[in-house]
Amino acid sequence: MKEISSNKKRMQINKIIIHLLLILGAIITIIPFVWMILTSFKTLGESTIIPPTIFPKQMQWENYKEAMRTLPYGKFYFNTIVYTMLTTIGQIVFCSMAGYAFARINFKGKNFIFVLILSVLMVPGQIFLIPQFMIMKKLGLLNSITALVLPGLFSAYGTFLMRQFYMGIPKELEEAARLDGCNHFTIFWKIMTPLVKPGIAALAITACLYCWNSLMWPLIVNTSIDKMTLSAGLSTLSGQHGTNFPVAMAGTVLAVWPMIVLFAIFQKHFVEGMASTGSKG
Amino acid sequence: MKAITDIKDNQNNKASKASGKRKLNDLFWGYLLILPTVLGLAVFYIAAFFQNLYYSFTNLGAFGKYKWIGMENYINVFSDPKVPQALINTVKFTVISVPISIIISLFIATLLNSKIKGLSLYRTLYFLPAVTMPAAIAMMWKWLYNGQYGLLNQLLAKVGIEGQAWIADPKFAMGALIIVGIWSSLGMKIIYFLAGLQGIPKAYYEAATIDGAGPIRQFFSITLPSLTPTIFFVMITSLIGALQMFDLIFLMISKTSLAVDSTMSIVYLFYKYAFEFQEKGYASAISIVLFMIILVITAIQLRLQKKWVNY
Repeated sequence: MKEISSNKKRMQINKIIIHLLLILGAIITIIPFVWMILTSFKTLGESTIIPPTIFPKQMQWENYKEAMRTLPYGKFYFNTIVYTMLTTIGQIVFCSMAGYAFARINFKGKNFIFVLILSVLMVPGQIFLIPQFMIMKKLGLLNSITALVLPGLFSAYGTFLMRQFYMGIPKELEEAARLDGCNHFTIFWKIMTPLVKPGIAALAITACLYCWNSLMWPLIVNTSIDKMTLSAGLSTLSGQHGTNFPVAMAGTVLAVWPMIVLFAIFQKHFVEGMASTGSKG
Repeated sequence: MKAITDIKDNQNNKASKASGKRKLNDLFWGYLLILPTVLGLAVFYIAAFFQNLYYSFTNLGAFGKYKWIGMENYINVFSDPKVPQALINTVKFTVISVPISIIISLFIATLLNSKIKGLSLYRTLYFLPAVTMPAAIAMMWKWLYNGQYGLLNQLLAKVGIEGQAWIADPKFAMGALIIVGIWSSLGMKIIYFLAGLQGIPKAYYEAATIDGAGPIRQFFSITLPSLTPTIFFVMITSLIGALQMFDLIFLMISKTSLAVDSTMSIVYLFYKYAFEFQEKGYASAISIVLFMIILVITAIQLRLQKKWVNY
């Protein structure tokens, strides 16, 4: 009896140590966020007091108004949302179509084309940038949403991911549908695609995150301020308002809150989606 | 189009076998469904790759006109002192940040994998940097690192350490960037490791406990060997990611800073030549060199994996 209770005690102590370590790590992880939010409500004077105050003496909502005055956040939001939504929807449609075909249909040349697509994954993204930029320039598309969206509609990674999910569906299902007289499109659209929802969720999340946060491509193709995304717009802020940190922090909060709110709501899906891309990829 | 007429021909010919019809049908739907992706990838990625390769042998500049100049860009890449400097910086960032972030995230994931309460809260907190845009991460950390008013220096002052202008000083800038790099990449790795850990059969641990193996012994004898495929995946992806680092340096190190030379990465150098100095031909050559480096490192990794990855 004594041994069991001491064992239990040891387990409990272990658990406390684990929690302490995890809490310490979590604090280190979120300090920059907390400090950003707190600073965004301070006056310029208060933000530079030594020693620093933790909570703002008086909430300065004015910083947010000032941030919105210095940069067209409305346009940034619009561009980013349109860019993110179009790319995500495009990838879901095109990658599931191609993923299904590569996973479930046998046709001549399939393996060769698939290897070609996989080879795209091996190449660092910078290799494509100059030619993609030149295409957009030639088509007169610089500084447009189209330029932002177009190359990202097609994804080797997404095709591979969706193929893995379609491959996981049992063959019997397909054969039963075929006996009922379904053609490939019906099997793809009505029967299999509803079954790969976790895959679609994973793809949607990665595409969303990627677009919302991506920097180099938006920076290159859209240089006029009213066609910029939040990410590119924010990068101009760091040069302009190097000194007024509360306003800069307010601007940063404006840029990150939508993704963080989305993440808080779909936390489980985000995490599972990312985990599944890791194990399937 | 050929497939469609084939199908029609096929339909007219009632004697044809059902399997032949099925094959044509497969061919038609197969190509139709992959068409958008294949076309898009062919134009924007595969053709672009070869276009970039071609540009690397030209003097493509700001105005879109260019002529073939042979190996000149490549000769310049190897004689330009900026390239080895950027390479050294990139390698420094990679070899320091990748192992440290793998070890820390593996440690946190192991802690999270023990039966404890609040798992989803911890997961949320640790994953937060992974959903935050690099532009915002850079802004936050610039403020934390600020030489005069930054929180970091204020905290250091409390324990009697003199603060520095972390990202403006060539001595410290790379270290400061590495810390942000590690901090922002942990969440993703934790998620991958946690998924890997949850795939290890519980029976292994039960058997080990009966044999009297403690938690540390269990970690090295069960957890680590079972996790090698995940470690391999995370290592490959984070190596490639670190070798392509751009966002953080571009956003955190101001262009006039003394620390520019000691932090410039190979991709930043590529960006600078391509879109600031408008020497796109030369930038293409830099990107091809980076591609070669990544290719060699990945090939070595794939070769070495046989020695340590257990599938």
